[in-house]
Amino acid sequence: MFGRLTWAAVPFDQPVVMIASGTVGFFIFCVLALVTVKGWWPYLWREWITSVDHKRIGVMYIFLALLMLVRGFSDAMLMRSQQALAAGHALGYLPPEHYDQIFSAHGTIMIFFVAMPFVVGLMNFVLPLQLGVRDVAFPVLNSVSFWLTAAGVLLVNVSLVVGEFARTGWLAYPPLSEVAYSPGVGVDYYLWSLQISGMGTLLSGINLLTTILKLRAPGMGYRQMPIFCWTALASNLLIVASFPILTATFAMLLLDRYCGFHFFTNDLGGNPMMYVNLIWSWGHPEVYILILPAFGVFSEVVATFSGKPLFGRRSMVMATMVICMLSFLVWLHHFFTMGAGADVNAFFGIMTMIIAVPTGVKIFNWLFTLYGGRIRFTVPVYWALGFMVTFVIGGMTGVLMAIPPADFVLHNSLFLIAHFHNVAIGGVVFGVMAGISYWFPKAFGFTLNERLGKAVFWCWFFGFYLAFMPLYALGLMGATRRMQHYSNLHWQPLMLVALSGALLILLGIALTGVQLAVSIRQRERNRDVTGDPWNGRTLEWSTPSPPPAWNFSHLPHVDRADAFWGMKQQRATAGTHVGKPSYESIQVPRNNPTGFFLAFFAVLLGFSLIWRIWWGAGLGLLGAIVVCLMQAWRTDGEIEVPAEKVAAFEQLHGLNERTI
Amino acid sequence: MINCASGCRWGLASTAVLLASCNEGVLDPRGPVGKAERIILYDSTAIMLAVIIPVIVLTLVFAWWFRARNSRARYRPDWEYSGRIEMIIWAIPALVILFLGGIAWTGSHDLDPRVPLEEATTPLEIDVISLDWRWLFIYPQRGIASLNRLVVPAGEPLRFRLTSTTVMNSFFVPQLGSQIYAMPNMVTRLNLKADQPGTFEGLSAQFSGDGFSDMRFDLVSTERQAFEDWVGATKAQGGILDVNTFQELSRPAKAEGTQTYARVSDGLFDRISSGHMTATSPQRGQ
Repeated sequence: MFGRLTWAAVPFDQPVVMIASGTVGFFIFCVLALVTVKGWWPYLWREWITSVDHKRIGVMYIFLALLMLVRGFSDAMLMRSQQALAAGHALGYLPPEHYDQIFSAHGTIMIFFVAMPFVVGLMNFVLPLQLGVRDVAFPVLNSVSFWLTAAGVLLVNVSLVVGEFARTGWLAYPPLSEVAYSPGVGVDYYLWSLQISGMGTLLSGINLLTTILKLRAPGMGYRQMPIFCWTALASNLLIVASFPILTATFAMLLLDRYCGFHFFTNDLGGNPMMYVNLIWSWGHPEVYILILPAFGVFSEVVATFSGKPLFGRRSMVMATMVICMLSFLVWLHHFFTMGAGADVNAFFGIMTMIIAVPTGVKIFNWLFTLYGGRIRFTVPVYWALGFMVTFVIGGMTGVLMAIPPADFVLHNSLFLIAHFHNVAIGGVVFGVMAGISYWFPKAFGFTLNERLGKAVFWCWFFGFYLAFMPLYALGLMGATRRMQHYSNLHWQPLMLVALSGALLILLGIALTGVQLAVSIRQRERNRDVTGDPWNGRTLEWSTPSPPPAWNFSHLPHVDRADAFWGMKQQRATAGTHVGKPSYESIQVPRNNPTGFFLAFFAVLLGFSLIWRIWWGAGLGLLGAIVVCLMQAWRTDGEIEVPAEKVAAFEQLHGLNERTI
Repeated sequence: MINCASGCRWGLASTAVLLASCNEGVLDPRGPVGKAERIILYDSTAIMLAVIIPVIVLTLVFAWWFRARNSRARYRPDWEYSGRIEMIIWAIPALVILFLGGIAWTGSHDLDPRVPLEEATTPLEIDVISLDWRWLFIYPQRGIASLNRLVVPAGEPLRFRLTSTTVMNSFFVPQLGSQIYAMPNMVTRLNLKADQPGTFEGLSAQFSGDGFSDMRFDLVSTERQAFEDWVGATKAQGGILDVNTFQELSRPAKAEGTQTYARVSDGLFDRISSGHMTATSPQRGQ
């Protein structure tokens, strides 16, 4: 009846897990109870769950990412404390079978369910506004993408309480991830949750790519497109090109595990090395899917707060697209130590290094954007400067490991761990944090508390250095990754320093919560009434904060890269155009629960497949198909906002006679 | 504020790195491969630091000087292009990469793990088999084998062939240099040498399951005569490594204790590396 699922799947004998999941369960119960008692369900259903507004979906993505950051970071705390304790003869408090799940979950969650939703969320929120359009190309599909991601998140977290997670590392290399060596449901949880959320990411990539290529404000050619949109274009091209590889690779591993195929097994002609190649031909572009939009955020932030246009825009665009293409030619640098010949290793090493050229150009471009500026030291600028200082170090260690003989001694060491956290935290996280504090007033109509924002920055900044500089040293001392314990007592002091860094980052994450709470309480004081709190340059700042569902009452006409800056200059010289503007009614997409229902059935399908409950899987699949068919047969997808309502909104925000 | 903070941070971090990493690991190599790799590490780092340190300093200086409150800084609100600067900023990283690319190309060929070291003496051949979660070393020229302890003569080249019975592992002795994956149904090759006598820690650098953390061994490098003595003692001690004892060994077990074998049945390594022994290995428990 329930396949492999029995009460034994719940780890009643593991106090750490039971307490953690009990706390989380209690918290979720409290939230649900509060929502029910206060009667917020209709509001949530109407305004968020079924919303197809790209801004709402973007906010939900980022909310989801923040939640999962807490989950992924608690895994990090467990790992750091385990390694701080388990030196010499001590074995720490986490046995291998538990510790192995934790580092696998940490990597999986941080990449797929923190970094990805952060970046996709930012792109979702910002792209249509910067492009001067009213929504993404396929609004309902956008909601489907989000909910599929959420479905993946749910499955990963269910594995904490029911069953186990993979014990294979975050990329689940076979043969370790094959049934012979991982017979439990852990790898199945990993595979199905990533298959489902990967589908969401691919759909989102198609959607955003179409939006950028097909929907731009009148007059906005590629030469006038804001730089963040360019980086998003590159990122979404990579999503569309690389995620199918991931899906296909996982599909093959699933066939191995469920149907006794032999793609990657040890026997009957299977070849695990094939999996390693395939997974990294997705995995390396994935790195740039995450970092390129972060580069875009920094470009916007540095230009805006320096009060001048981005230096060398054409170089920047070129560099972005060069990185986009080269990212598919470097995957082998993840396994120089697998025994390829010198020519192959040298080729991929040099291709990898070549990526450092456009990246270096970007750094210099930001540097010269600062030059001659009038820099306002707001929170986003702190993140941007912290990024520039930190990221070059990560870039250096990356190029170092691109030299095959250097990689022969650094591969899989803690040096590698330090390197990719250096670029992931110093690049992606700093970029996302800059983006959040930069665009927050646009989303919610008030700015975040600056003092606390800076405190958060300093915690992350010093926390990062304390946590990962020791790991560089430990890697050189011969410490390898994924150790549950180690015998060399000399390593312990550095492990303790790393733990203190992690604690500092923890403080930063906690302060983010405080910052949000304080900012919400002070929202009247920090309200953004102009829609342009930072003296911005691109179109999103020409709308009120928060923008209406239709974004722009009149589609802006664009004739240069920094379109809004141009408009402001024009108004300043030509004076305000006072006249009675005319308004037309606007079509906006209707709310749609397809995404939510689809996610419901996807969770049912995934969970049933993981536990081999075949009737449940059939039901889930059938439900998903029915939901898709109902969506396909729907007749009216849009509602009309009458001209009077648009006019009234504009009147309220004083937009038709606003002077800058 | 930023200036001071980053200064302190740099001081702390670099002292920690220097103090901690000089007396063991890959920065304290005891063989020609490791030494050559250390030179590459140092040279490339130096070349890159020559660019990176100025960039960090300039970032902080520009940010500080062009702060909004500094009335002495000249504001150029429309300055966005300079062909000369553009050329320089493409040229600098390109030149650095040209340098490093050269290092990568020559380094990859000089230090290709499978190419034998240029030595007058015949290398000692060692067949490495990674088990769940132990290391088995076979000396085909001597007909002996050793579990979890690798004894080698100092100053003589070592030629490894590696394979695995179950999952991937990576054979790595940090102080000797290059690591290489040990993979099922696959033979990888590696050439190393220890210059002096000593005991160096070896490990698996590729996660291989629950017993991974203990998958460590000692590489004992001795004088020629002591090595011969060890071979003799091993032969005298007895123990046979054949299909049956190997089946016993391939059951998942923690890496505890060492063991030697006076005789090894012919072609055992080839049978293992061609996949004839893996199918029978039992499933790992839940």
